[in-house]
Amino acid sequence: MHGRVKLKSTAQQEEEKKKEREKKLKIYVATRDACFSKRKESICDDEALQLTQQLLSSNPDFATLWNYRREILMHLETVKDEDEIQKVYISELSFLESCLKVNPKSYGSWHHRGWVSARLPRPDWARELSLCDRCLSLDDRNFHCWDYRRMVVKMSGVPVDQELAFTDRLIGSNFSNYSSWHYRSTLLPLLHPESPEPPSPCREPPHSSLPPSPQTHSHRVCEEQLLKEYELVQNAFFTDPNDQSAWFYYRWLLGRAEREEMISCVYVSREEERVAVAFSRPVNAQSVGLLLVLDGQPQRVEWTSVHPRFKHSPVWICALPPGTISDITNEHNLTVHWTEKHTHRDCALYTGRSESWCRDSATDQELFRSELSVEKTSVLQSELQSCNQLQELEPLNKWCLLTIILLMRALDPLGYEKETLAHFQTLKEVDSMRCAYYSDLCSKFMIENTILKMEYAEVRVFSISDKNLTTLCHLDQLLLVTHINLSSNQLQRLPPQFAMLQCLEVLEADNNSIESLEGVYHLPKLEEVLLKNNKISTLADLQPLASCPRLKRLDLRGNPVTQTANIESELAELLPSVTDLLL
Amino acid sequence: MDLDVGPSGCCYSHISCYSLSRDSVFLLTNMAAEDLPSEFDVVILGTGLAESVVAAAFSRVGQRVLHVDRRSYYAANWASFTFNGLLTWIQQHHEESQPEEAQDWSSLLEEGEELIYLSNSKSESDSISNVQVFSFTSEEEEEEEAPSPDPPSIAEEQTGGAEEDAVKENSETESADSKEDDTKEKSEATADGDDEEQASQTEGEEPEADQPTTSAAQSQSEPIKKKISYPQLLKEGRRFNIDLVSKLMYSRGSLVDLLIKSNVSRYAEFKNVTRILTYRHGKVQQVPCSRADVFASRQLSVVEKRKLMRFLTSCMEETEEQQAYNGRPYLEFLCDQQLGDNLQDFLLHSIAMVTEDTPTEEGLTSTRHFLRCLGRYGNTPFLFPVYGLGEIPQCFCRMCAVFGGIYCLRHSVNCLVMDKETNRCKAVIDSRGQRISCSHFVVEEGYVGADRKQMATPTRSLSRAVLITDGSILPSDSDQQVSMVTVPPIAAGCPAVKMVELCSSTMTCMPGTYLVHLTCQSVGSAYEDLSPVVTRMFHTPESHDQENCPSVLWCLYFNMADGSGLEAEGHNLPSNVYMCSGPDGGLGHEHAIKQAESIFQKILPEEDFCPPAPNPEDIIYDGDNTSSAMGGEEEEKEETEDKQEKEEKEDKQEEKEETEDKQEEEEKDGAGEMEKEEEQTLQTEE
Repeated sequence: MHGRVKLKSTAQQEEEKKKEREKKLKIYVATRDACFSKRKESICDDEALQLTQQLLSSNPDFATLWNYRREILMHLETVKDEDEIQKVYISELSFLESCLKVNPKSYGSWHHRGWVSARLPRPDWARELSLCDRCLSLDDRNFHCWDYRRMVVKMSGVPVDQELAFTDRLIGSNFSNYSSWHYRSTLLPLLHPESPEPPSPCREPPHSSLPPSPQTHSHRVCEEQLLKEYELVQNAFFTDPNDQSAWFYYRWLLGRAEREEMISCVYVSREEERVAVAFSRPVNAQSVGLLLVLDGQPQRVEWTSVHPRFKHSPVWICALPPGTISDITNEHNLTVHWTEKHTHRDCALYTGRSESWCRDSATDQELFRSELSVEKTSVLQSELQSCNQLQELEPLNKWCLLTIILLMRALDPLGYEKETLAHFQTLKEVDSMRCAYYSDLCSKFMIENTILKMEYAEVRVFSISDKNLTTLCHLDQLLLVTHINLSSNQLQRLPPQFAMLQCLEVLEADNNSIESLEGVYHLPKLEEVLLKNNKISTLADLQPLASCPRLKRLDLRGNPVTQTANIESELAELLPSVTDLLL
Repeated sequence: MDLDVGPSGCCYSHISCYSLSRDSVFLLTNMAAEDLPSEFDVVILGTGLAESVVAAAFSRVGQRVLHVDRRSYYAANWASFTFNGLLTWIQQHHEESQPEEAQDWSSLLEEGEELIYLSNSKSESDSISNVQVFSFTSEEEEEEEAPSPDPPSIAEEQTGGAEEDAVKENSETESADSKEDDTKEKSEATADGDDEEQASQTEGEEPEADQPTTSAAQSQSEPIKKKISYPQLLKEGRRFNIDLVSKLMYSRGSLVDLLIKSNVSRYAEFKNVTRILTYRHGKVQQVPCSRADVFASRQLSVVEKRKLMRFLTSCMEETEEQQAYNGRPYLEFLCDQQLGDNLQDFLLHSIAMVTEDTPTEEGLTSTRHFLRCLGRYGNTPFLFPVYGLGEIPQCFCRMCAVFGGIYCLRHSVNCLVMDKETNRCKAVIDSRGQRISCSHFVVEEGYVGADRKQMATPTRSLSRAVLITDGSILPSDSDQQVSMVTVPPIAAGCPAVKMVELCSSTMTCMPGTYLVHLTCQSVGSAYEDLSPVVTRMFHTPESHDQENCPSVLWCLYFNMADGSGLEAEGHNLPSNVYMCSGPDGGLGHEHAIKQAESIFQKILPEEDFCPPAPNPEDIIYDGDNTSSAMGGEEEEKEETEDKQEKEEKEDKQEEKEETEDKQEEEEKDGAGEMEKEEEQTLQTEE
């Protein structure tokens, strides 16, 4: 049949393909060897450029060849004039473009492009930007391109508002791309910074010696813009509440202002002749320039963290030279300077007092309220309303539930406690994979609430029994607590941070699952430890208690350790101070 | 009969492939009448979509195909025309149809045979009717400046009775225009300078306040923009590709699947429909249908957004709740979902595109189809072929030709030779009296006399309007939007209208204009059905208070027979004759593709329907000198590539980049087959 189409058989095709492949491989290997030998002899000529180009266009991830190319190009820079160099680099860029078409995620190609762009005598940044935009329109999660784009933007000084418009566009076309949301979060504070707040007059610190301290808002956004952002992000999570990008961004918007770095508490004990200092964040007191001045005299003291495990800790202690404050009839004035941050805190130890402190309490600092930075209650209230609305439509959406919890905490942590607990319960049911995370978070909030209650009651007793606690946190806030009740929770350990409870006298922790007492360490005033029905199984687990000199009463009933042979005599040896032992 | 002489000049078996040039004209292979072989497996008459798909399918599996059409253009009622081409088409439909010269071919009959005559009237008067044309542009180049004594419209509203006269009048004016064209162009060149001066004066002073309303309003609202005149439309006429049917390709519809499966997609390019619009409360609104649309929508409250998204997600699965509504209207089901009026309207009219009394199961099916098509190529479910829908049948014809099918335009089949005993068609007699034997005959329904075919009663027809406008009905940041617009019935008893607005980057209209297609099931004539919608949504001399709407420069109304009216069975035809219907009223191409596939399967039940076409390098040509074949092929290829590159440069520089991007996008979506790789499709000629 003349003119009819006939097809090659599969075998024929296979055979041809095989031959083709073999031919290609041969050429490839030969070219590679030629390149290597040229590099060995450090020949930097046009032929070498051509050979490497040949190889790289089929395999753009050959890092050695890119390096060789850079060597050649740098050599050419020394022998050619600027116009010629410009030409060389321009052709390099178009070569790179073809490489990126082969593999848009090639590390080598993107890196080389960055290198070339930076060396180009007369760079055309607009072209580079449009290249990036084209790449991102094909794959908006290509992080190589995002990185390169950041470089281009930086080098060419694209105005921030233009970049913000760029994120608008990307988010508009796909709001599930967290890269764009994140980029937005870096731009907004630059474009719409929050105006510096005047110090709030209503809340005078209890110790007037302290200067009023407005919170720092270095990464915050002005409220007007913030409201627009809320609208945008709400559109996203109402459209698709299961998409985490928008929720994460929302969390950032609602995010916490950075706390000011300060000394939050100074405590002095006459009896033990020591000082404890709490900071607003964990520090290494040995290296931050901490200075203790006693009655006008700088003291040479050695700061130690509460537990040897910590190099950084929010609480540091030091022993004063013996005899300096032991006389109860003397009055002393103490100042701790944090020279690095130009801040300090005073503390007066009056006649007849055995201890004294000076601090901003959690309530003073609105520590837990300001988990969300927007102070305007009405704004938060309306945010809570829209989330509640969404939750009615999507009762089982975990992101929504979690956000509601956060908003409730920001608004009124104690008032919403019941709802919060109910929501946590739902969360654990709908997202059982993250059950432990929710339990820990819930524990944290319960502890915060208990701290607030304690502060309002102005007592030094911290009682949080039967709240399903799985973890302990904010222990630096409990520096002054003398009596703690953690009974009937689900704690598995008293972590090293527990050693921050420097004033603790009574520890109640019955009916938990405690296995480790690591944090009951060098607590100078601890007298009573109640650990009925826990999971302490060996004597070694009790070892930390030996560092507490005043321990008198210990309840270990219902712990596996009580089954150990000779337990009584062993304990008597380990803890000689204990006079009242329950096994 | 004048068949075009192809470049090969020696044999008929290879169609020249680069001869399928951009303006949709095949150059046919050189073929003298006596050269037509006297035997084929399948003879196909008519080059509409279904016929062309059938042709490609047969040719692809090695059947010898002869494909003819009595018209001078491809694609029958599926065709696209340049502006001037459309004017000729209109004129043809105004001409009195010539009575057929019944020739007697009985001399060609053998024992036991009988003739069945086909109808070959020149104007398809039975499928096209009520053609009416209105031009609202000026005849003069300097329309704005020269206050004319009459309003610039040529034609006034026509009442039904005066219709024919009006039509004649119009066409007369048009032909007059074209004659004057040359002289006008000359004068334009000299007048240009003055023109601009005058224009700038007008801008500053607006001295012509008491001009006829049209131009006054125009110069006030857009003083800089010059109104496009009729001579300009004629001059730029080649930039138009005006479809007779208005359809869109569902991105997971049977046509797209077939294009991908068969590799025919490489012959065409496609653009996404960029937005879905609707007409509500006297306003054009965007219908949020994709996730990104819903996110960006300004009309919906956040709660509505959630409800809509939830409905769209949940309706994809069949539930017992849905089944409870079977047989009851979809509207009722939507009402009970507590979506609110906004969403209900969007879902009913724009997403499901059904009427208020469509049953729930049907509504859900079309909603699901819409949703499944979303996101494959973009944020709407639709694609549109660049250069118009007329490209699609031609692409299939091209595939047929590549595999040896023979094409003749302006060539028809006059009658069938039927074997009385077997009731089978043994041969056909073509328009030049040649007897060509065939095993199967496929024919467009238009060629079959009414007495031989079974049509649904009452006869259904479609009302169509084509508008050339000067602006988009919903201006946005980009002036290159392709919009699908659903217009719910504007009053009780009125049909729902589907409207497609095409921008110039679809290569269907000249820059600065938009091509708008309106389609609905006929209630009355096309003009009666569609002009109320046109006057409401556009600015025409008949409309009031529509100054902010785009102006209609030119418009055409006509009715076309609805192809879905053709019954599948029961025709009085030989058993091996298969009929293809003309275009149906559906938005997609399902009807035609299904028809083609069923015809193919009836004839060759064992064969694969349009299997993927092989790559050109895997094709061996008989008669090729194998040793030199490779080299020759490559040379040829390069040459042709050059040619194409030139063409591309001339034709579509701006658009090229876009298409490239699109291609890549499609690749990403796992449908790389949709791309257009020209060089792969090239066949050589020896």
